[in-house]
Amino acid sequence: MAEYHNILTQVQVRGPAEMGLDERGIVAKERGVEPRFSSILGYIGNAQLGPIHLGMFGTIALFLGTAWFFLTGVGMLQSVDWSWQALWRDLWWISLDPPGEEYGLGFPPIWEGGLYLIASTCLLIAVLSWWIRSYLRANELGMGKHVCWAFAAAIWLFLVIGLFRPVAMGTWSEMVPYGIFPHLDWTNYLSLNHGNLFYNPFHALSIVFLYGSALLFAMHGATILATSRMGGDRELEQIYDRGTASERAALFWRWTMGFNASMEGIHRWAWWFAILCPITGGIGILLTGTVVDDWFSWAVLHGFAVEGGLYNGPS
Amino acid sequence: MALLSFEKKYRVPGGTLIGRDLFDFWVGPFYVGFFGVSTIFFAALGSIMIFWGAAQQGVWNPWLISIEPPPLEYGLKMAPMNDGGLWQVITLCAIGAFGSWMLRQVEITRKLGMDYHIPFAFSFAIFAYVSLVVIRPVLMGAWAHGFPYGIFSHLDWVSYTGYQYGNFHYNPIHMLAIACFFTTTMLLALHGSLILSAANPEKGEDAKTPDHEDTYFRDFIGYSIGTLGIHRIGLFVALSAGWWSGICIIISGPSWLMPDGESWIEWWDWWPNFFTFASIGG
Repeated sequence: MAEYHNILTQVQVRGPAEMGLDERGIVAKERGVEPRFSSILGYIGNAQLGPIHLGMFGTIALFLGTAWFFLTGVGMLQSVDWSWQALWRDLWWISLDPPGEEYGLGFPPIWEGGLYLIASTCLLIAVLSWWIRSYLRANELGMGKHVCWAFAAAIWLFLVIGLFRPVAMGTWSEMVPYGIFPHLDWTNYLSLNHGNLFYNPFHALSIVFLYGSALLFAMHGATILATSRMGGDRELEQIYDRGTASERAALFWRWTMGFNASMEGIHRWAWWFAILCPITGGIGILLTGTVVDDWFSWAVLHGFAVEGGLYNGPS
Repeated sequence: MALLSFEKKYRVPGGTLIGRDLFDFWVGPFYVGFFGVSTIFFAALGSIMIFWGAAQQGVWNPWLISIEPPPLEYGLKMAPMNDGGLWQVITLCAIGAFGSWMLRQVEITRKLGMDYHIPFAFSFAIFAYVSLVVIRPVLMGAWAHGFPYGIFSHLDWVSYTGYQYGNFHYNPIHMLAIACFFTTTMLLALHGSLILSAANPEKGEDAKTPDHEDTYFRDFIGYSIGTLGIHRIGLFVALSAGWWSGICIIISGPSWLMPDGESWIEWWDWWPNFFTFASIGG
């Protein structure tokens, strides 16, 4: 048995905190939060927490994200008649709800969805501000903008659910309630009201990429840990100057399934699988109720479902 | 074609679990080994069984082909071939093929002097499958509770089974599994992005280093887990997704856990009754 499992860091070396690169000599002074060390984090990865470069957009994002959180709490409290005890008792079930259908795309009174729209606006601006940071921080270091584009894929799904589809349907009531069970109920009824979302091919693709991402990360994470004795975790060095860790990692999959990625290529597979999950999911949601009203009937029409269904319980 | 430029020196004999050097060779890029042979055997037999079932049913639309598990009346016994026996044979073949694949990964791991993380990880996927077609049906007393083998019929099974328990979204372990799936996908996007953005910088820039990676993530979110840690956490969350998926379906159905007809929606009734404030109004 090999003994180099490398599951946890056995010896934690601790020097002075890394304050981050500052190649243009302008960002070091903009970084805040005194770095601290957590030996619990150190078992898994870096022990160092902080510093952070918050800047204007980070501050806006944190402020408005917090505002969304508290406005949701205010809406929940209002729904239980301002009883703190009831807030905790009913926490899983209550929510800040979108306006009723009768208000269409108009602005309703504050306790009938108005607060919800204000909170949603806060959340939208917070998310977009945080997204801008993903670009600016990469730009500062002269890096590629891959994080920014991947984040944009997630924001696409967020916008489809909360903005594009409600506008296409002509009513804010299609938006998702901010609550634990209520948002799950929303998901459930979206599927039930449109003839079972499993028959939506884009939903199917989205799930394929979701499961595929878990599969890829399990394969990739396991491959890197299994070659970490040879330095497999030093991926950038392995990309620039291939070593035996990359060679063994590649040959493992070549011998197993007849095909292998390179040390750089596996990250392209990873990136595409992960971003295609929200991209295809967003397409699927945008089409639901706008272009296709009943996915099951649509599937019957196109020959991949049969009337009555293929399975109706154990016989 | 078959050999990479650096491959020859790695193609050494040894590392097999059984059969010594009997199947210790390659076909094209594939390593064979004893478990390569057994994988082919089970995979081929199982596939032929599926096609045979399709032929008997006269269904050749690939979306609609479906091999059903035996009816409830057979309990945990063997069923006649045309009444669920086929499903049982295919299930055996699938488990045989997945197990062989895992053991073949063990042999390749040994041959390359790596550690066993990959076959260990694959065992979680096998567990998720076995939990659906063996563990839960056995606990419920009938193979009939397994899922049918078909592209859309297995989705109908998921719908049917989910609504049997009210609303499966209320299953707390199902919540946990979904949270792990979403998290591992987000982590994969962030990790893939970070490596690509360091190795593919803006035009005219030098290739970037792990120091740039750490700096970027500390600037962005105040923490960089590091080159080794991201693979530990990514693997852990991905395996957790598979593990909790298996657990969440095993706990849905067996009567010693769930009275007949109980739904996951009602399961949460303990929460409002748990605290002393249960008696308040509102």
